[in-house]
Amino acid sequence: MGLANSSAGAFSVKKRLPGERVVALAGNPNVGKSTVFNALTGSNQHTGNWPGKTVECAEGRFSTKEHSYILVDLPGTYSLAAHSAEEETARDFICFGKPDAVVVVCDAACLERNLDLVLQTMEITPNVLVCVNLLDEARRRGVAVDIPLLAKRLGVAVVGTAARSGRGLSELAAALDAQTASPPSPFRVSYPPELEAAVGLLLPAAERASGGTDPRWLSLRLLERGEIPALPGGLPAPPELREAAERARASLPPGADAEDIIASSLVRASSELCRGAVARRSAGCGGADRRLDRLFTGRLTAYPVMILLLGFIFWLTIVGANYPSELLSAALFRVQDALTALMRSLGAPEWLRGLLVLGGFRVLAWVVSVMLPPMAIFFPLFTLLEDAGYLPRVAYNLDGPFRRCRACGKQALTMAMGFGCNAAGVVGCRIIDSPRERLLAVLTNVFVPCNGRFPALISVIAMFFVASHGGAAAGAVSALALTGVILLGVAATFGATRLLSATVLRGVPSSFTLELPPYRAPQVGKVVVRSIFDRTLFVLGRAAAVAAPAGMLIWLLANASVGGASLLNACADFLDPFARLMGLDGVVLLAFILGFPANEIVLPLAVMTYMSGGTLGELPTLDALRALLAANGWTWTTAVSFALFSLMHWPCSTTLITIRRETGSAKWTLLAAALPTAMGTAACMLFTAAARAAGF
Amino acid sequence: MVCSLTASGGMRRRLQDLGLVEGARVECVGRSPGGDPSAYLICGAVIAIRAQDGRNVLVRAG
Repeated sequence: MGLANSSAGAFSVKKRLPGERVVALAGNPNVGKSTVFNALTGSNQHTGNWPGKTVECAEGRFSTKEHSYILVDLPGTYSLAAHSAEEETARDFICFGKPDAVVVVCDAACLERNLDLVLQTMEITPNVLVCVNLLDEARRRGVAVDIPLLAKRLGVAVVGTAARSGRGLSELAAALDAQTASPPSPFRVSYPPELEAAVGLLLPAAERASGGTDPRWLSLRLLERGEIPALPGGLPAPPELREAAERARASLPPGADAEDIIASSLVRASSELCRGAVARRSAGCGGADRRLDRLFTGRLTAYPVMILLLGFIFWLTIVGANYPSELLSAALFRVQDALTALMRSLGAPEWLRGLLVLGGFRVLAWVVSVMLPPMAIFFPLFTLLEDAGYLPRVAYNLDGPFRRCRACGKQALTMAMGFGCNAAGVVGCRIIDSPRERLLAVLTNVFVPCNGRFPALISVIAMFFVASHGGAAAGAVSALALTGVILLGVAATFGATRLLSATVLRGVPSSFTLELPPYRAPQVGKVVVRSIFDRTLFVLGRAAAVAAPAGMLIWLLANASVGGASLLNACADFLDPFARLMGLDGVVLLAFILGFPANEIVLPLAVMTYMSGGTLGELPTLDALRALLAANGWTWTTAVSFALFSLMHWPCSTTLITIRRETGSAKWTLLAAALPTAMGTAACMLFTAAARAAGF
Repeated sequence: MVCSLTASGGMRRRLQDLGLVEGARVECVGRSPGGDPSAYLICGAVIAIRAQDGRNVLVRAG
């Protein structure tokens, strides 16, 4: 019976054409694996300079003169011991996905530790190609690698690359073409005699049960854990194998721990392999990095620098977005006029024109003109910080506070991902190993406003809290206010995390290890292009897909009447008494509810609803908007309530679906929606009551 | 500094994977603003480790 055959399909590549070779890309976190992947496939998978970026296996295709390949980007792992979900994914694919070759990407600057993974992979399959990446960076840090010597010692192909500048990639492709299924003499880790003897005892039974996996590897894993490593389909180990494993473990000298012996043998072998092949010029490497760290993580400077950077990014976003926003809306509303004229000339009925142009198109135009400019500025700026290696420092700085909330510092990374998109942040929570801490991060991710909520927050702040529009000074005030809102969101994250870990998710914080990668000069051009095409257009597309139908729905509700009043007004009136308690009104609350598929459309929907009463032909400048909102009873207290509720309410549908998928539980999904809604409602009501008591 | 002995359970392998085995060299290169996770240079990489986990890595000067 085979151990690995039953559900191997789960680990195999989709849509594999005949003759295509499957190549897996493995490596430690932060060694430029995704850069190699992108460079080879031309795919735009987003690379970030922080650990655990690839949480799902991305697939891409590329062709050489000889073959066409499917490249599978495995999650970055330090080992294949399957201690975390990522390690398990990587190991299972290498074992059971039957790749034609495995490329292990290594960081030339710390090759010794990286070779550990190479050796572990080679124990599963000899069909390994080692890619020593970041050679340029290593050279700057005074490290030189003797590639031919390493190749000779390892007995497999070794290629040196600097993937960021594209060097060595054609050699890598050529090496893949030349790769044969079984290299003549691959290096084999030799273990101490007592362990080798135990492996010898186990080997015959393992050979019979292996089902295609390497029997030596299987024996080692059995000795290590005393159980069959988790196999796809969870096939039970044959009794014969289990007995053999028992016997082999009993043969080890008392007190010897197989896992320890194996781990230290691997490290020793790696260091032997590197001796003479890796030359380190001076001990003073990373001096500049340490100086930057003193600034970015220093006791007195860390938090102020963090807040200043955040504020600076917001300031650039707000100031930079103003002008293009106005241009865009002017252009789009000229299109609206043209569309109206076109439909009139075609003799389309009035209701169809209203539905398509005033409903669908107008909301779409709003969403695009309000959202596109801030996103097109914010995403690249944020990605630059990420690319430079700043984000792991944020996690490092915030681990202390998170630990006090009984959570993990890596939650800071998922929080940062949430700035872009909460659904992405929720998926990113996979980088947290402890299930309890991961759940904390998933449930609280929505407290940082995603990019869909920024533009509305920016507009509301600009309308009600900045004296006069335009100018860098007003921009600075807006940026300050927005930073304040974000800090409030971060505070809410800590509060909610603490609350959850004191109630439903009780436990002690687990361990925390995080690599702080070297700072790298960000690739400005690539980052800008990639973040605009990957993130901005993706998020915008999603918003637009929701905005047009929602606009049509609003138009229908506004124009269909029951007993004299339009349906829209009836709904808004129904919600009104409750909304008033929160300092909002029925229209805004209704907009939040209709904005469930995408938060981007909340403010445009509210404005549309206010406008549906009269006819307002004006361009949506901030002044016209402020006048419209003020005419509908908005004051600065309404604006504060709007900001509070925007910060804390149910996650959008995409995020909720993602939470459902990640937690696999309807109960947690419900809590993820109920907790922020309750906190937001309470915050709005408290604020409103206080403001009223103070006489506003 | 030379690392001389580790003692722990599930964290053990993780530390080993990072290069913290008997005989490895470790150097503390920084502290976070709160003072707790500290940054260590291990095998050419900088790794942040909490005091609570670091307590299980015994080192001697050398």
